[in-house]
Amino acid sequence: METPKLNAERIKKYIEHEKRFDGRALDEFREIVVETGISKNAEGSARVKIGKTEVLVGVKMDVTTPYPDSPDKGNLMVGAELTPLSSPRFESGPPKFPAIETGRIIDRIVRESKFIEMEKLCIKEGEKVWNVMIDIYSLNDDGNLLDAAGIGAIAALSASKIPKYDEEKEKVLFGEWSNKNIPLSKEVPVSITLYKIGSKFIVDPSLEEEDISEAKITIGRKGDYISSMQKGDLKPLTIQEMHQAIEVSERVYNDVLKKIEKQLK
Amino acid sequence: MSEKNQRKVVIPGEVLAKGNEYLPGEGTERRGSEIISLKYGLFEDSNKLIKVIPLSGVYQPRRGNVVIGKVENITFNGWVINIGTAETAFISIMEIPRFVNKNELESVMDIGEMVVAKIWSINKRGIDLSLKSRGLGKIDEGIILAINSNRVPRVIGKEGSMIKLIKDETGCEITVGQNGLIWIKGDSIEKELHAKRAILFVAEHSFLSGLTEELKKWFDENRK
Amino acid sequence: MTKESKSKFERPDGRETDEMRPMTAKVGIIPNADGSAMFSFGDTIAYAAVYGPKVMHPQHSQNPEKGTLRCNYSMLSFSVTERARPGPNRRSTEISKIMEWALEPVLIIDEFKSMVVDVHVNIIQANASTRCAAINAAAMALAHAGIPMKDLVSSVSIGKLDKQLVVDVSKKEEDWEEGEGATDIPITMTHEGELTHIQLDGKISGEQLREALEMARKATQEIYEVQKKALKESIG
Repeated sequence: METPKLNAERIKKYIEHEKRFDGRALDEFREIVVETGISKNAEGSARVKIGKTEVLVGVKMDVTTPYPDSPDKGNLMVGAELTPLSSPRFESGPPKFPAIETGRIIDRIVRESKFIEMEKLCIKEGEKVWNVMIDIYSLNDDGNLLDAAGIGAIAALSASKIPKYDEEKEKVLFGEWSNKNIPLSKEVPVSITLYKIGSKFIVDPSLEEEDISEAKITIGRKGDYISSMQKGDLKPLTIQEMHQAIEVSERVYNDVLKKIEKQLK
Repeated sequence: MSEKNQRKVVIPGEVLAKGNEYLPGEGTERRGSEIISLKYGLFEDSNKLIKVIPLSGVYQPRRGNVVIGKVENITFNGWVINIGTAETAFISIMEIPRFVNKNELESVMDIGEMVVAKIWSINKRGIDLSLKSRGLGKIDEGIILAINSNRVPRVIGKEGSMIKLIKDETGCEITVGQNGLIWIKGDSIEKELHAKRAILFVAEHSFLSGLTEELKKWFDENRK
Repeated sequence: MTKESKSKFERPDGRETDEMRPMTAKVGIIPNADGSAMFSFGDTIAYAAVYGPKVMHPQHSQNPEKGTLRCNYSMLSFSVTERARPGPNRRSTEISKIMEWALEPVLIIDEFKSMVVDVHVNIIQANASTRCAAINAAAMALAHAGIPMKDLVSSVSIGKLDKQLVVDVSKKEEDWEEGEGATDIPITMTHEGELTHIQLDGKISGEQLREALEMARKATQEIYEVQKKALKESIG
């Protein structure tokens, strides 16, 4: 059921008083559970649950030719599917905008934060490099699939082993793995999406809250730096609000990182 | 919660009773001398009438049901209402208990607004709803909650005992639509949310017998 | 089959010829769905979600005489060793249809005119027999969704490796090359023993196929018990 206007009014009024229907603070996440190694044939995989929202993320690799503008670096591809399995609102068929947006946003968080050390994924400059493919699938949508997808991508990459490669035959031995992990930076990027409801920002919206939000902004951080950002939906933000968003995202980034870091090992 | 007050769960195709003295009730059929389940749900034997009480499945509209729906569209002579059924439901201006100006239908009920209505006819064209009874009409304040329609009887309870308990404990006005939508209105959001949580507790524990007692315990543990 | 011939044949994972891989089943894994279930044979894992009965879109696909079952089988890209391209292909389209044929005979959906019951299945991890796991999960999810049904169905693959019949084929066995190679026979049966689906790839005598059917009958009874237990335990 789409959120009725009645509930929307109540939720907005409550949020103006800095209260939420499920009792959380405005900048508080639901419980986050990260589980890696959920699919054996993947180079790495993860299941992320935020409350009842759930995503599965897997990493596969193969060897291809590098892009002309980065002859000594590996390639990255990120795709997301909002599966009809996960919500009555998602239909079968070619991907619609929210799925494409999810893939694009997660791509940038991983790429721009330089989480993967791409130069270490070069096999032969200008000829052969590793291609890292991250696929995200929604399993149950109860709000905030976007941040769940980001955490899932990071967790799956952290758990990935590079497949064996036969250098003589120049062939990947699919289903056999080396003991090497995908080379990653020490610091972990996480994206936090802030949703504007009335005059307030909240994080980790329930489905009802996501429905009534008028603007959102995803901020990808790694350590002290912001490396990717995207504002979505129609409502403009003031500069004041941007200051606030930057501040909230930093605090929440540290909170979320603490929650997931233990589970990433 | 103890196992003894958990009712017996049966699955489709399961033999529920053997012998010609048993009669097949809702959710069952006779095959030879056996009564077979056609649904997933709770087993019930009342004087050899065998039934399966489903806990899942879509809402099956029945004449006389009070339902809650959302205005989806406005036509020249009424409102198209979504009550969660495959057939569309309709309120004609003839079924409003007062005079309505045909040019101002949206001032009575606008798209996106919620309404409590009664089913007065189900026919090939769809479902006809009426507002001509007490307690029916547009909802202007409160929150709407959705549960599976098969759990509505438990939320209402025997002769309305369960819903009365929730109303008394929370001080909210509550209207339960047979289609699983529930309207809660209280004098504070806290009270409405308290009532919402109580209803969800009942809906999630529909498989227990002695549920009224369990709910009383729940209220004791969750009193503010 | 004599004891002697049974002990002579060695399966790659050490199972007896009539031994299934460990099975797990669970109901209610997707809270948003009207019904949902997971089913696994060893490393093959299927998730199923049911939505409906609901109005069929597009409208031209509506059947005014009875309800429609619509299955949608797909493999996650990373469920196999060599990444599967996302999106439908000939194989998944065929399996989706096979699932409809395997499941619809036990459904009582005539009264849901112009409506559709959608079953979405994702293979999370694949090690052969994915369509069987998909059907088993789907049957449970349909029951869980409260769809009226005459019975459950259970599905298993019978393999012929060289000359030996085995139950619940794994990936290594599917790729068997010795002797007569591998014959794969996925079969779906109701609990009552009616056959709603059979396919076969390979080479087998009529006599041995009869034997394979007996094996499937026994195996599907075992699967049924797992499905039944999961449904009974999951109430809530």
